[in-house]
Amino acid sequence: MSANTSTLETGTIYVSPTRRRIFGIIFLGIAVLIWLFFIRGLDPEMMTTMRLYPGGSKIVLDDWEFNSLSVLRILAFACAVLGSYQLVRGFNKRTGLILSLIGGMFVFSFLSWAASGGMLNLAGMLRIMVIRSVPLTLGALSGILCERAGVVNIAIEGMMLTAAMIGTIVGSVTTLWIGLLGAVIAGGLLGLVHAVMSIKYRTDQIISGTVINIFAVGITSFISAKFMQPYPELNDPGIFKPYEIPVLSQIPFLGPVLFRQNIFVYSMIIFVILLTFLLFKTRWGLRLRSVGEHPEAADTLGIDVYKTRYMAVILGGMMAGFAGAYFTLGSVGRFDQVMTAGRGFIALAAMIFGNWMPVGAMIAGLLFGFSDSLAASLALLRVQIPSEFLLMAPYLITMLVLAGVVGRGQMPAADGQPYEKQ
Amino acid sequence: MTWILECDQITKRFPGVLANDQICFSLEEGEIHGILGENGAGKTTLMNILYGLYHPDEGEIRVRGKSVEIKSTRDAIQAGIGMVHQHFMLIPVFTVTENVMLGDEPTKLGGILDREATAKRILDISSSHGLEIDPSALVSTLPVGVQQRVEIIKLLYREADILIFDEPTSVLTPQEADQLFNIMRSLAESGKSIIFITHKLREVLDIADRITVIRQGQVIGTTTPEDADQSKLASMMVGREVVLEVEKSKAKPTEMTLRVENLKVLDDRNTLAVNGVTFDVLAGEILGVAGVQGNGQTQLVQALTGLRHPVEGRIELLGTDITRGTPRQITELGTAHIPEDRQRDGLVLSYPVTDNMVLNTYYIEPFTEKAVLQEGAMRSNAEALIGAFDIRTPSPEVDVSTLSGGNQQKVIVARELSRPIKLLVAAQPTRGLDVGSIEYMHNRLIEKRDEGVAVLLVSTELDEIMQLSDRIAVMYRGRIVDILAIEDASKESVGLLMAGVHSEDQGV
Repeated sequence: MSANTSTLETGTIYVSPTRRRIFGIIFLGIAVLIWLFFIRGLDPEMMTTMRLYPGGSKIVLDDWEFNSLSVLRILAFACAVLGSYQLVRGFNKRTGLILSLIGGMFVFSFLSWAASGGMLNLAGMLRIMVIRSVPLTLGALSGILCERAGVVNIAIEGMMLTAAMIGTIVGSVTTLWIGLLGAVIAGGLLGLVHAVMSIKYRTDQIISGTVINIFAVGITSFISAKFMQPYPELNDPGIFKPYEIPVLSQIPFLGPVLFRQNIFVYSMIIFVILLTFLLFKTRWGLRLRSVGEHPEAADTLGIDVYKTRYMAVILGGMMAGFAGAYFTLGSVGRFDQVMTAGRGFIALAAMIFGNWMPVGAMIAGLLFGFSDSLAASLALLRVQIPSEFLLMAPYLITMLVLAGVVGRGQMPAADGQPYEKQ
Repeated sequence: MTWILECDQITKRFPGVLANDQICFSLEEGEIHGILGENGAGKTTLMNILYGLYHPDEGEIRVRGKSVEIKSTRDAIQAGIGMVHQHFMLIPVFTVTENVMLGDEPTKLGGILDREATAKRILDISSSHGLEIDPSALVSTLPVGVQQRVEIIKLLYREADILIFDEPTSVLTPQEADQLFNIMRSLAESGKSIIFITHKLREVLDIADRITVIRQGQVIGTTTPEDADQSKLASMMVGREVVLEVEKSKAKPTEMTLRVENLKVLDDRNTLAVNGVTFDVLAGEILGVAGVQGNGQTQLVQALTGLRHPVEGRIELLGTDITRGTPRQITELGTAHIPEDRQRDGLVLSYPVTDNMVLNTYYIEPFTEKAVLQEGAMRSNAEALIGAFDIRTPSPEVDVSTLSGGNQQKVIVARELSRPIKLLVAAQPTRGLDVGSIEYMHNRLIEKRDEGVAVLLVSTELDEIMQLSDRIAVMYRGRIVDILAIEDASKESVGLLMAGVHSEDQGV
């Protein structure tokens, strides 16, 4: 033991043996859980059916049928092997990766058990996962735009909510597309407010964001109660219909999941790719990131820190506005009070989980979207677990992520710090 | 003679301070011009004016004889002025290439950053000036000396020909500083003109062609290394005769006071900052801990004073185990702490001097009786200490933030040394102080040693370590590489150890 630690070089990350053991025990614990709750008492003849074909495309995929018990046994055994290795040797840096792998295996075991003797519409579930991830991912992109430039944006929730309402009203009065534009502009305006408060007046950015969130709840509830309920014609903008992408939508399994959706899903994918490219490959992105990492350095090289931050926060607001439009124009087609229901904060968690990277944020968004859709599917399978518990799942995952269990990412160094020119 | 840069009657006022008072100064093409002055003399203000960060209230700047107005850093860069800042202006998570190109980025078709073109130019610059660098390395992985090289390359990439170096050696080992001087000389030979700002007399005599001394915002005079020596420069800088040598007798160490065994301490990122150090300090001696900033000294001091718990090892104070002691326990056992960052860890800036004087004793009599603070006792305590330690303050009731740096440090010294103590931990006690305050501080440390206190002095100033210590422990990358008696130590040998070169493994 002591010989082991004395070979450590100064500056290397110190992984305490306790942490290693705790994770080993957790991994083994999961193996035991699978055995205890899923394997024990399961009829060996029981079959699990996963539906891979939600309908629509020309190529029909057969249902995927397997023996519940043997699959569960394999999964439990795999968890036990990984756990023992972690306990004895440790995966060190890859612990986080293994943790997510084991988490995935646990979820799959749970599904196999829940659907044993029945059928689970896997494709349908994943389709819902993608839809549910849209506001989370887009919201996270809004956060990435602001925070990469050094301004914390916890007002995503308020921006989305306001934009959702404005989009509905404008869309009801004019057309759907102008409604979407209205939502984006509304988000941008709130972004401007946040920028003025936190960049020009150097208000604490958390306070500025909180104020916007509180303001948004108040104003939207008021307008909704006062105008939208008495005049239902103001609350009827219509919905963006799903649009099948000609060839891609015929891909078996993936086609219906990804390419038979509405513009919000496609935009999400495009924005993730576009933002990754812009941030890491262009002059615009290099300067935006420099302002979030070390504004003094950027300033000494002639980069206008204030202008760059204003631009980033306004663009972030517009992105949040677009995400907000999803709730009304992309989903239910009408505005309800406080309908964003904390999604803006989950988006913030997705941003952190995704390590301030657009692709990471989408992966996190999909993960949170999955636990959302899981709750819905299980209700159909009549599993003996109160649905409230399953609805808590995304928030539990968020808490674990925020507590740094999965490993802390690297946030922009000057995130949240107002810049004061000498 | 061609003047590449001239400052004519530059004046800059800040509320209540005349930072630059009609400064006239000119830079010859191809020379290294030292600007010498104490902290707060106005050197940095002048340079920030040249670099476009401040605007002068009066005066004119001429570049190559033409009057220019420098309103922003962009204007300065355009006029060919570049600056290596004291605190590097580098983005740690960017690569060398990205740091160099930032603000002046070449792009390819479609607006994509042309990293390859920049990397190629960096390699060109590096080979023609002897500045070895890997353009694709992340800046955070580079040692400080190499980071400084990146700063220099940034200036050359922008084709600056007036280069300002602001206190460039403060973060370097003596060997790295020598390397830097070589680079500066070769830059000057290739036609660049260099302004070298410092408060270190020796360095300016070593490298400058001409020296301008600034005191209280005014130019005192310009001289050359041939016509000046250390004591002349020092008196120009301070305005009176200064004793540069500290007088001290030989130490008479007695009993074991502090004993540290195999101590391991983590830093904020959970990396091992102190990696198994063992040493002891006897009563009546000064143990100097030498080392370049960031080699674990900060975490070591925090562990000794209870501000950070070690993960392994043992600390003993006069036989009592204080490894996991709280700061209050350690203070009560007789430890005084002069912290590295005096404004953050040593004082409550928004409290008056009176309260700052009792931060570690407010809870005992006579300052607290029956759970009520005794204002009267606190005030008379402060008045007595202000007299005894010669603290310049308008009243004990003013906020400590309004005092000068030297007087703030005196408040801490007064609080820590007025109690009966056994161990004094002094971390960077003279950082940022003027020559007069440094003299004062040094005499206090010697005085405490002679009273039989064990003193642990942590400093990055090698001169200070050499002057005060009885034994020197050199820290490098979290380990103590060697402990030398002062008789066996030379500046060169300690400098090599600070760079991680152990005398016995030289050549390995």
